[in-house]
Amino acid sequence: MLKQQKHWYDYLWIASAVYLTLGFFNILFAWLGLICFITPLLIAIVKGNKSYCNRFCGRGQLFELLGYRLGLSRRKAPPKFLCSSWFRYGFLAFFMTMFFVMLYATCLVFVGATLNEAVTLLWVFKLPWNWVDTSFVAPWMAQFAFGFYGVMLTSTVLGMLTMLLFKPRSWCVYCPMGTMTQGICQIKHRKENPNETPNKGNCRTAEGSCQ
Amino acid sequence: MRSKKKSASISKECVACGCCVKSCLLGALSVYRGMYALVDEHKCAGCGKCADVCPAQVISVAAREAAQC
Repeated sequence: MLKQQKHWYDYLWIASAVYLTLGFFNILFAWLGLICFITPLLIAIVKGNKSYCNRFCGRGQLFELLGYRLGLSRRKAPPKFLCSSWFRYGFLAFFMTMFFVMLYATCLVFVGATLNEAVTLLWVFKLPWNWVDTSFVAPWMAQFAFGFYGVMLTSTVLGMLTMLLFKPRSWCVYCPMGTMTQGICQIKHRKENPNETPNKGNCRTAEGSCQ
Repeated sequence: MRSKKKSASISKECVACGCCVKSCLLGALSVYRGMYALVDEHKCAGCGKCADVCPAQVISVAAREAAQC
């Protein structure tokens, strides 16, 4: 019987779970999440592929584990709109807007505003997060950690919800990083992108054509 | 399980997440330059595992003639 060979990167779900846990003990660990932001972008820009999503995304692996191995997912097809371009790019725009709002709040603290020791979940709910002493770093560094952990927690909660309701990796369909890196790859390889070439078929084979 | 008559086909709404690549034990799928997944028809057995895991519901398994657009 054929079996998939395991690689070191198949265990990156552990890093994702550890990251989410560490945030509860010390919010400053949230800075580590930048790796998940910068790495996929760098790979897409420099190498022109989505190997981060395809191999190294610990969050996707975590959803897979919870959904398939632990059987927490209903494994139903997600609604059509979730996979549409307008929703994916709309969600990316919304997510980036909220990300820049968070960066603006960090800048305000940098210029003298008071540190807000709360993590914002789903862009609305402010969860008090003041059980860790962050006075040994500059207030703006702590503010960024609170804001960034909020972004990571929000996306995890959304991913968990769609994992439970639909297929385990439904988050991957509308993940802003996935949308962004696919967009970068499409721009980078635009000359060979059949989406922009008229009179090509609707399906894809390794031969690269649909006769 | 192996069916020479069936093959997977991927529509252009593919999000290139790579779930199908992981699910295929025959190595019949790959993500082409981060843009979309591709099926190698010579390797594909038409088992439908990729269609089951695809979160974007863009994979269909059909008779080889029908899968050709």
